Amino acid sequence: MGNRSIVPYGPQHPVLPEPIHLDLVLEDEKVLAAIPSIGFIHRGLESLTSKKDFNEMVYVAERICGICSYMHGMSYCLALEDIMNVEVPRRADYLRTIWCELSRLHSHLLWLGLLADAFGFESLFMHSWRLREKILDMFEESTGGRVIFSVNTIGGVLKDMPNEMLQCFVKQLDEMEKEIREMTEIFLTDYTVKSRLVDVGIISGEDAIRRGAVGPMMRASGINVDMRKNGYAAYNDIDFEVITSNKCDSYARCEVRIGEIFQSIDIIRQAVAKIPDTEINTKVTGMPNGESIIRVEQPRGEAFYHVRANGTKFLDRFRVRTPTFANIPALTQTLQGCQYGDVPLLVLTIDPCISCTER
Amino acid sequence: MGQFLPFTKQVIKNLFSAPATTQYPFVERVYPERTRGHVDINKDSCILCGMCMRSCPPGAIKVDRAGKTWSINRFDCIQCGYCAEKCPKKCLSITPGYQEPGPEKFAYTVEVPYEPPKPAAKTVAN
Ligand code: SF4
Ligand code: SF4
Repeated sequence: MGNRSIVPYGPQHPVLPEPIHLDLVLEDEKVLAAIPSIGFIHRGLESLTSKKDFNEMVYVAERICGICSYMHGMSYCLALEDIMNVEVPRRADYLRTIWCELSRLHSHLLWLGLLADAFGFESLFMHSWRLREKILDMFEESTGGRVIFSVNTIGGVLKDMPNEMLQCFVKQLDEMEKEIREMTEIFLTDYTVKSRLVDVGIISGEDAIRRGAVGPMMRASGINVDMRKNGYAAYNDIDFEVITSNKCDSYARCEVRIGEIFQSIDIIRQAVAKIPDTEINTKVTGMPNGESIIRVEQPRGEAFYHVRANGTKFLDRFRVRTPTFANIPALTQTLQGCQYGDVPLLVLTIDPCISCTER
Repeated sequence: MGQFLPFTKQVIKNLFSAPATTQYPFVERVYPERTRGHVDINKDSCILCGMCMRSCPPGAIKVDRAGKTWSINRFDCIQCGYCAEKCPKKCLSITPGYQEPGPEKFAYTVEVPYEPPKPAAKTVAN
């Protein structure tokens, strides 16, 4: 038997500016178990429902996370629309779909950059972030914000994207697609990249289900789950296949996310081709009374929203379970048996967002 | 060897293309028209109703009806645009150009020239 020791890892990650702490039980260089602790940056956003009325909470929900900000705002609105029986105009649904997919694009490009940074490939990191920057410019042009869009409202969206703007975005995405393809080739074929990813952090499909993994983490273990198939916003009009991989390792997670980048571009193309010319929001009156559960597919995986209203302007309960929270048990599984040097990379492969986890 | 080719192509491309970043401060960034930079008020149409103050999520706006002032703490404002949406007179707007940086928080105040309508004189019944 080798030397056993417990090494505290964190709360600062070498790449992420977010605190997650792991107690690693090591035998020499091998990790036997990882015990996570979170709670360093709990912000109490959910309990703000007692101070902010349900309309202001849209802006609070958006601030749960900086990367999936749009989808948090949208899911909150979907839940309230469900409670208040509001029919959202179809154009708003399509615009929401387009913004969701642009968010996915920027999130996955950001993640690829961070991954490159984690294994020390600085120029690849710069290239993926350079490409991501163009998506942020599209956000700024269409919504006015680069990170937080504040474009959702209960009953639809606040800003329309004129058809010329949509066409222009599609053209830009067509050009970007070539560059992204060149860059992602390196992630998938380069020897150094593969040596860090292949057969590292394996989690089987069964384990992924047992540990409640979501999103690309789950799909990289061969499980076909994608909340977009539930058909919120305009996804029921869009034709797409869920991307999965059977390799179950870190390389598979990278592969799934890269596949999703091209899938998102395709979904945007379809949405722009089909977008109808209707209003973009409906006027909502009255107070919400009831309960709703919404599940959406964020870039990092499934997010779960529970909202309960009581007929006043303050909600009874607002509960969010974010994808990273669901992925932490799966992360501890991937860490079992890995080398100590691979820990930062493995933490990164779940695409952690600790701010989301703690709300 | 094959793995070096993509990089060579990129290196040559970078040598002959314009920089990906803007050379600030020599070149200033041009913001798109919709950029949410800061809140502007058209003080002539404000009726000091206080809707903006009540709707602002971080409580950045103060409306003083008696003193006839409207003020905003730009350091608290999160540029969400809810006040502009709620204002009944549409006198608030979010315009490009970010707030000036500063060493401490301060409120930007404007005096509003609004005259509340006089209550109609009661006609005395004979
Ligand atoms: S800015 Fe608009 S909402 Fe605010 S006090 Fe003036 S009129 Fe009312
Ligand atoms: S933009 Fe939002 S945060 Fe800023 S003053 Fe208006 S309501 Fe308040």
